[in-house]
Amino acid sequence: MLAAEGGRPWTFYAFAAFFALFVLFLYGPMMVIYILSFQGPSGGMTFPLNGVSLHWFDALISQTRVGDIAGSFQRSIGLAVAAAIVTVVLSVVAALGFRRRFRGSAFAFYLAIASLIMPGLFVGLGIALTFRLLGLGTDWYTSGLGAQLTWTLPFGLLIMFAVLGRFNRSYEEAATDLGATSWQRLREVTLPMLLPGIIGVALFGFTLSYDEIARTALTAGSANTLPLEIWAMTTTVTSPALYAIGAVTTVVSFIVIGVALISIAVIQRRRTRGTGEPI
Amino acid sequence: MAILDQTADESAATPGAGAEHIAVDAGGERASWFQITPLVVVLALFFGLPMLVVLAVSFFDFDRTDIVPAFILDNYVDLFRSEVTLRLYTSSIKFALIVWLVTLVLGFNIAYFLVFHVRTVLWQIALFLLCTVPFLTSNIIRMISWIPFLGRNGIFNQALMGSGVVDQPLEFLLFSDFAVIVAYVHLFTLFMVVPIFNSMARIDKSLLEAAHDAGASRFRAVAEIVLPLSKSGIALGSIFVVTLVMGDSFVVRTMSGGQSASVVSALQNEVAALQYPPAAASAVIMVIIVTLMVAGILRLVDVRKELAR
Repeated sequence: MLAAEGGRPWTFYAFAAFFALFVLFLYGPMMVIYILSFQGPSGGMTFPLNGVSLHWFDALISQTRVGDIAGSFQRSIGLAVAAAIVTVVLSVVAALGFRRRFRGSAFAFYLAIASLIMPGLFVGLGIALTFRLLGLGTDWYTSGLGAQLTWTLPFGLLIMFAVLGRFNRSYEEAATDLGATSWQRLREVTLPMLLPGIIGVALFGFTLSYDEIARTALTAGSANTLPLEIWAMTTTVTSPALYAIGAVTTVVSFIVIGVALISIAVIQRRRTRGTGEPI
Repeated sequence: MAILDQTADESAATPGAGAEHIAVDAGGERASWFQITPLVVVLALFFGLPMLVVLAVSFFDFDRTDIVPAFILDNYVDLFRSEVTLRLYTSSIKFALIVWLVTLVLGFNIAYFLVFHVRTVLWQIALFLLCTVPFLTSNIIRMISWIPFLGRNGIFNQALMGSGVVDQPLEFLLFSDFAVIVAYVHLFTLFMVVPIFNSMARIDKSLLEAAHDAGASRFRAVAEIVLPLSKSGIALGSIFVVTLVMGDSFVVRTMSGGQSASVVSALQNEVAALQYPPAAASAVIMVIIVTLMVAGILRLVDVRKELAR
């Protein structure tokens, strides 16, 4: 509508400027702490930079008072990988099941939505109390993983609904007409076509778990995950080491996001090239 | 770029096409249940059951070291008698309202820009990702990244003093309600952008052309076409933002420097003091209030077509 035949209306420029400001608002503060993480050894929590150094990154490893960064980092990565795998398998399978209308589908759907919007700390409190009443100890890989799944699974399900909403079922019908068994159809038609969406679910499963705090706080047991360790640091560490761990953890997130987006783009490009037609 | 074309197609295609037209048959129903059972079991064990436990524990008694199974109403009575309760709810609801308003205005305009002003789908996807990527990084890090900005000697104050706008650093920027709201808006605006973007993307652009041809101003077209047609997205985004703010304790603790509290941050203190039954009672009341708020939003707007599969 808006002047498709040429010049932009003035509102475009107003909106573009507004959008640019929003992006600055989103990224600006983050960029600042990445810069400040290279603060010199005598530098403080804000500008000016007193020299440039890797001192604060080194402090993460060498100074014991900043906490158990290496251990919590390993736990968080392990947890995120586990959460991503479980989320992909369970939510993809469940979303395929939801394509049919069946009795109880509304119940299952609203259970997932309720699980998504319930305040995370309440879920954690409930799990901690349940484990306590059952006489079980809480650990990051049992109660912690379960707590995170109440958050990553509904997300995975909603993403799969969006992916399946634009999935053309005639490809599946064609496979059946050509004599494919339902297993062949799933393995050779449905899953390959859904692969970009599935990678998206894995990305969300990983990063949502990797950064989760509210559900994990009461369920991780005695060993902290990385976000919990950082949360503890916000009250005890008043040096740029806090920014250094922020920079490190964000780099990990960016690598994961980058790998996921690039693999989706590669898959899409191959498909377009193979058929000349977008699927 | 097939994914991009698909996104473009989606706005034109009928939403949720294909899925629902399969006839219900007993075998299919069994297969569906088989497929969703693992997910339902996990959610029942780690969400359904724990929530029932919270409800049960809210009636328990407790002593200094342990919870004692009982059926007493003392936890609720104490909660309603305490003056602190009302103050905490006022504080939480105030934050929720302000953040809701700000994220709504931001989210609506950003979604509108992306859907109606950005012309190529490639740019649309790129700018959409630009908004989404921070969401996939740590909330805590994004929150503390405001500290060098808002502090007494922070960048904002340095800039204000440098340009001569103020000669004393502003004290209210960090560790205040202001800082809490800035952090909430920073963290949660995306939850408003995405649902509104989705519902706007489904609006038939020819409607706007028709309005334009009929002489409607741009503003009127937005008010009478875009706004009503993106209502379900707005409702969904509002549910996300309101529940996120009401359920938060970490942001309010850090960014207010302990000066402000929310219902959930007070609850967290009770948990730290091992007072589980009062914490559980507080959680139950909070869930009821948040459910009422969500139900209110759903009453105003039917979001089912947004969630329709």
